[in-house]
Amino acid sequence: MTTRESAGDRAAGTTGQDGRRFASYYDRHVVKPPVWHERYVGGYLYLGGLAGASSVLAAGAELTGRPRLARAGKVAALTGISLSAAALIADLGRPERFVNMLRTFKPTSPMNMGSWLLAAYGPLAGAGAVTDLTGRFPAAGRAACYGAALLGPAVATYTAVLIGDTAVPAWHGGHREMPFMFAGSAMASAAGAALLAAPAAENAPARHAAVLGTVLELAAGRLMRRRMGMVAETYERGRAGSLLRAAETLGVLGAAGALAAARAPRPRAIAALSGAALLAASACLRLGVFAAGVASAEDPRYTVVPQRERLSAAAS
Amino acid sequence: MTTGEMAPRAPQVQEEAGYPRHPPRMGFFTDTSVCIGCKACEVACKEWNRLPADGPFELTGMSFDNTTQLSASTWRHVAFIEQRKPVRAPGGPAGDQQDLRWLMASDVCKHCTDAACLNVCPTGSLFRTEFGTVVVQDDVCNGCGYCVSACPYGVIDKREDDGRVFKCTLCYDRIGDGLIPACAKACPTESIQYGPLDELLERAEARLADLHGDGVPDARLYGNDPADGVRGNGAFFLLLDEPEVYGLPPAPRDATRDLPAMWAHAAVAAVTLVCGIAVAFAGSRRAG
Repeated sequence: MTTRESAGDRAAGTTGQDGRRFASYYDRHVVKPPVWHERYVGGYLYLGGLAGASSVLAAGAELTGRPRLARAGKVAALTGISLSAAALIADLGRPERFVNMLRTFKPTSPMNMGSWLLAAYGPLAGAGAVTDLTGRFPAAGRAACYGAALLGPAVATYTAVLIGDTAVPAWHGGHREMPFMFAGSAMASAAGAALLAAPAAENAPARHAAVLGTVLELAAGRLMRRRMGMVAETYERGRAGSLLRAAETLGVLGAAGALAAARAPRPRAIAALSGAALLAASACLRLGVFAAGVASAEDPRYTVVPQRERLSAAAS
Repeated sequence: MTTGEMAPRAPQVQEEAGYPRHPPRMGFFTDTSVCIGCKACEVACKEWNRLPADGPFELTGMSFDNTTQLSASTWRHVAFIEQRKPVRAPGGPAGDQQDLRWLMASDVCKHCTDAACLNVCPTGSLFRTEFGTVVVQDDVCNGCGYCVSACPYGVIDKREDDGRVFKCTLCYDRIGDGLIPACAKACPTESIQYGPLDELLERAEARLADLHGDGVPDARLYGNDPADGVRGNGAFFLLLDEPEVYGLPPAPRDATRDLPAMWAHAAVAAVTLVCGIAVAFAGSRRAG
């Protein structure tokens, strides 16, 4: 926190914990903290990633003749995208006007592009899951499954652009690495859902995806925080810090469990536990990223100091 | 269109927005050096635009500022900053260290040339008017709140009990009829000046030169530079201290400028995801 100076100069100056001086208006935020709700938009980031990566996993299973794994992926994709769309709509101030998102086609708005993406991806994911569960129209179902797998990766990573294209210091500051972190987290969560739902005989790809996804997520997250400068603090402190540490622990445990499951005495139980840990890890990661954004917007230091540094770098 | 002899100085954003014929770009020049903190602008804005109260009235202890910030229901906000600083009246004796300098400034939506709120709005509710200003269409807004996080100045905000976002319209309903915006009309010291942006920019530079000549070296213009991170503001300011002292960002930037890079990174990340899962399958021999 900042220490305030004498009342007379209260508005003019504050000193950071690290001694770095910066001025603010009564310690008030410069940019507005997001009005998005953590549970809705944080949940949207998570469920969209789960859905998108699950579609890719399902297509891989379809191609390699693993019907139970394919079904797990398709059901996870439909569940994820339905809930994420519901969360997005619930977050609106005027939910009944959701369809206004599609009254224009606007490449400068990631949320508009995302709405079109969901409008195309959702029905494909739905058709893939429903045809699989009912056994009707198998050829169309396979086509829908592959179609969803083409759009799924974009569904999983565009959300990083969605939050990156803002004035929120912790989100915009990570706009290069965040898509990779989200891709890894999505992959790990899709693997988690598959480990929970698919039999051990078919879930070897999910075990590998769990490890690869977790490694990608952790590596991209580390790189992001290293490149971000002082704003990285918001990912390490407070609620965001707790959530992200939980995400890391759960992710590592889940990935290790996924690897060990094949040789464990009770593979089914270990796989299911690992899957649950991976799903929880991904949820914690997205909520943690959300919380870091809010913290970075609430404290004027994260807006003012990096901008001052940019100005002095440009001047020198 | 601006006529004739001088090239327009402010970007003529209306042409970029698709208006082949349009009036000159209109804006505000807020000269905080003559602001007396009367808040007539806040009141006139509230009255003309029929804005509700922000909440129960509370004394903040922030000098005379009990408004605290721009919001969905406050489109002009007067900041009060008390500083211990030697003050010298033009031509008068030098002040001493015990002097209190009281800065006052009426903040407002900047009507940016590169408006982040407008760029990210997914519904097209935010639009560029023929005057070059940025206005919310409240019959289209679905309250997604994206603009709130996008604005580098923390201007636009959501009215929670209504669900939609609101901000200064530069009195779109008045200026179309040849009237001046309510705040500028009410300002008793001409701290708030309304007019064609090019004219205001010239006037501001003359005022700045006067102040520098009078021994006020701290005076500076803010938001007037078309080379800044939002290509300049439609509403710019003359300040007497660093922008952040007034709660303004020192180097605001429209994040949409990075959008091509962001999409590129997301695309590579999407391909990485596919490759990762492909590798996961390639490394898995069928067990049964």
